[in-house]
Amino acid sequence: MDSYCSPLYFAFFLPVVVVIYAVLPQRHRWKALLGASWACFWWISGKLLVYLLASTVAIYYLGLWLGSLLAERDSRVRAAERSERKAIKAAYTGKLRGVLVAGILFHLGLLLVLKYAGFFGSNVNNLLSALGLDWSVPELSFALPIGISFYTLQAISYLIDVYRGTIPPDRDLGRLALYMSFFPALMEGPICRYSDTAPQLMEGKPVTWHNLTFGMQRILWGLTKKMVVADRLNPLIQEVFSNYQNHTGAAIFLAMVCYTCQLYMEFSGTMDVVIGSAEIFGITLPENFRQPFFSHTISEFWTRWHITLGTWFRDYIFYPVSLSGPMKKLTSNARKKLGNHFGPLLASSVALFCVWFSNGLWHGAGWNYIFFGLYHFSLILCGSLFEPLTRGLTGKLHIDRQGKPWRAWQLVRTVVLVNIGELFFRADSLRAGMGMFRRMVTGFSLAPFVDGRLLELGVDGKDFVIVAVTMALVLGVSLLHERGVSVRAWVAARRTPVRWACYYALILFLIIFGAYGAAYSPVDPIYAGF
Amino acid sequence: MEELYEILEGIQPEVDFHTATNLIDGHLLDSLSIISLIAELEDTFDISVPAVEIVPRNFNSADAIWAMVERLQEEG
Repeated sequence: MDSYCSPLYFAFFLPVVVVIYAVLPQRHRWKALLGASWACFWWISGKLLVYLLASTVAIYYLGLWLGSLLAERDSRVRAAERSERKAIKAAYTGKLRGVLVAGILFHLGLLLVLKYAGFFGSNVNNLLSALGLDWSVPELSFALPIGISFYTLQAISYLIDVYRGTIPPDRDLGRLALYMSFFPALMEGPICRYSDTAPQLMEGKPVTWHNLTFGMQRILWGLTKKMVVADRLNPLIQEVFSNYQNHTGAAIFLAMVCYTCQLYMEFSGTMDVVIGSAEIFGITLPENFRQPFFSHTISEFWTRWHITLGTWFRDYIFYPVSLSGPMKKLTSNARKKLGNHFGPLLASSVALFCVWFSNGLWHGAGWNYIFFGLYHFSLILCGSLFEPLTRGLTGKLHIDRQGKPWRAWQLVRTVVLVNIGELFFRADSLRAGMGMFRRMVTGFSLAPFVDGRLLELGVDGKDFVIVAVTMALVLGVSLLHERGVSVRAWVAARRTPVRWACYYALILFLIIFGAYGAAYSPVDPIYAGF
Repeated sequence: MEELYEILEGIQPEVDFHTATNLIDGHLLDSLSIISLIAELEDTFDISVPAVEIVPRNFNSADAIWAMVERLQEEG
């Protein structure tokens, strides 16, 4: 079971857990979820479960330590004179920060060693060799526990929230363990916040008919996106990205567009399965997508795509760095010299760089991922830098910035920029990404689109028709969601024959047009690899 | 309060801050705008806004921002 879209998960593991959960008394149901979560982890990563357990125990005790320091501080502040309160708070700040930093370093250290030791080692060796030095460092390689990139961020957010006093430390080790390991969100997120998710996990809500049907509908929708589109496009993407030197610019362009579709369908489809699974237990996980391809700017795109990662970086890196002492000083000085727009932007750009460098590196140990992060950093920074200029120009040219033509231009521009970013994201290396981009731009011609050569890359005309129909269906549903219409609620409100006709239509569509079986190679769960 | 409206309109002229109540939830103010806003709030009203205060309920409307400013002034 290496994917939420494998039959082993949705046809065996999930139903078994649902039955055990449903038959247990309410107060014991959380134990079924925790047992299932650890079993799922063990199934995939075996003994590496020890890393997850170590993280859980670490945040449990560090959280309690932070909590006791905060309680001690608050009681001393309450008892002190008003004039002494600031000094007492300052005295405790150092201790609190020490505990927090220890917790963050423990988790980041573990992630850096397990995930990036080989990458750092090989880069240091390349550097030493380029400098002509006859030294080398070992290029260590470790087995990576499943979901470490996701649960590490959850652990850090828990510690920071306790430190900030926005949540109390959890005295229930079981609840914290379940928050860290809840099986639907284990492999690919969403990255949950303790205050939103942890209380729900212990409630042991009954499996109602409503939750069961709504959860299964969401799972079915996710499987359709993944198996009909993402898996069907896989042969073309694998072929072109692995052997780009043998392909035309048009083929690379097509592979780039197909990969962007595949990534969206695979990741958002998996999120549908994940969120639908949790919904069966009456647990609402945070949404990770909100119609990202309706974004008008790259900045907006990242508030709609992998939302929980974006908000994590915003809340725990961007704002703290932007509002740190040195950055506030920089902002204050820069505002005097550069004005109210460019002044704050200078400090923000430092924070933005930290966010996007981390974002790139989080996705994987490779320069193409770092480039991917810095590409988005540059786009967002340029967008803000040139905003006054754009505003002035559009004003002079009497262009209505709220009008449809301008909004359409923004939409197309964002889609193009996102596609280029995903080309580098999927490329085997940064060098390959550069090579593909160069070949796509310099070797592009329309001829392969009309002479049929593009239909010989593993995805034929019928495949493209099936993909196009499914994408049109997804687009229609997205348009309705964008207008605030809940399609599931609409279907649920219809009469039984209509409702079941919809369900059967989708099931049959998936069975007939899903790309599964011996002749197909489904795409590996993309984000589980991060 | 008028000073606050001037600051907000300087940052995002296309938004009607007298009526808007979903500045964060409606994505009318992005994170870069928030940093610009905080820089101006801190200078104008002599307050310090920590990262923990940046939650939608404090920034969703001009009234909410003003309430936060007054509270931070009081807390000193």
